[in-house]
Amino acid sequence: MTRLSAINLTLWRGPNCLFEELSFQVDAGSLLLVRGSNGSGKTTLLRVLSGLTRPETGHVEWCGESIEKTRQTFGAALAYFGHADGLKADLTVTHNLEFSAQLFGQSGEQIPGLLNALNLSQCAQLETRYLSAGQKRRTALARVLMSDAALWLLDEPVTNLDAAGREYVEDRLHAHVAGGGLAIAATHEDIRITSESPDEIFLGDGA
Amino acid sequence: MNLSRFFAAIVRRELQIAFKRWGDLASPLMFFVMVASLFPLALSPQHEMLRNLGPAVLWIAALLATLLSLNALFRGDIEDGSMEQLVLSPYPLALAIFGKTVAHWLLNGLPLVMLAPALAVTYYLPVEGVRALSLTLLIGTPTLSLLGAVGAALTAGVRQSGGLLALLVLPLMLPVLMFGARATDLAGSGEQITGPLYLLSALLLLALSLLPLASAAAIRISLD
Repeated sequence: MTRLSAINLTLWRGPNCLFEELSFQVDAGSLLLVRGSNGSGKTTLLRVLSGLTRPETGHVEWCGESIEKTRQTFGAALAYFGHADGLKADLTVTHNLEFSAQLFGQSGEQIPGLLNALNLSQCAQLETRYLSAGQKRRTALARVLMSDAALWLLDEPVTNLDAAGREYVEDRLHAHVAGGGLAIAATHEDIRITSESPDEIFLGDGA
Repeated sequence: MNLSRFFAAIVRRELQIAFKRWGDLASPLMFFVMVASLFPLALSPQHEMLRNLGPAVLWIAALLATLLSLNALFRGDIEDGSMEQLVLSPYPLALAIFGKTVAHWLLNGLPLVMLAPALAVTYYLPVEGVRALSLTLLIGTPTLSLLGAVGAALTAGVRQSGGLLALLVLPLMLPVLMFGARATDLAGSGEQITGPLYLLSALLLLALSLLPLASAAAIRISLD
């Protein structure tokens, strides 16, 4: 069963407890929003869920096994859209995405179509250092969208995007979840993919 | 994608990026050339003395040039988030790190090996000495790159880490320097250098088999 479970996660940063004994699970076909004010630990929670940061207590399980032990299967099932875009400033948009396609084991033939849909085709041959913040964000999103990963971890996926870009992301997110995927998004904006509101967890003062 | 293609993709990407940044690439080499070519000019031009000093000066300059180039090895990848993507990819991180280290050697170590014979001429090194210098640099500089990668990975999360990096890896690089310079010296005076060559090769094998794993572990710590 495709499922991500967080079990008793606790993490302190300096004197601040970001979360304590936090447990939840996300099943196939659902979206979880992580809410909270700036600095409440949304990004850190996503990093813990991805395995980048180790929690002080507890662990994360993917399909019933700890992600520390199944790094390879978990890595193949994960698309991580982080705080940093993960783009090489000296390479063009297309080169950046081709490298990611190789990592995903894909040929990269869907890249032009994806760039078109994200309204990036005019900068496909541009080095990413010349892109605006929103365009960089879109390029990084393209990487997630072309992966066939089951689990999407998205850190502020709609920030810096214009209305059209945002709508496209929500559509794709909907399609991903409807197709049996899992998604966890840290955001301080509303993301609507269906008429009913998705599950949410609150970090920080709202907890 | 299998592991060897992943490795090739990493190396190719590193080379692609490096060729877009000629300046970063050239400055350690410039340093090497300047230090090595200024010594004969500043010292009194006695063939005997230059020949005695040559191996040491050339090896020290190569070591310091390598150190100079190490600081940026992982810094960029960590700052722009590419390293996170590599850590989270289903491929072994040690292989990605090894690919980056190989690219570093191709871009920094290999040019040193190729430039050294030209500079050795200014020290009146005999042919055997020049040959030994090239050979020891060829075996020694990959070890330096691999050792430096561990230091760069450990200090990647630290700001202004140049001095710290040198402090960490310089002691570990000393055996390579000593065997390399000594072998060049011995060969120059017509002696056998099989011993130091074997030891340098042993160091390289040890570094190849263990250090990428150590660098990968250090990267995970730096990212935490």
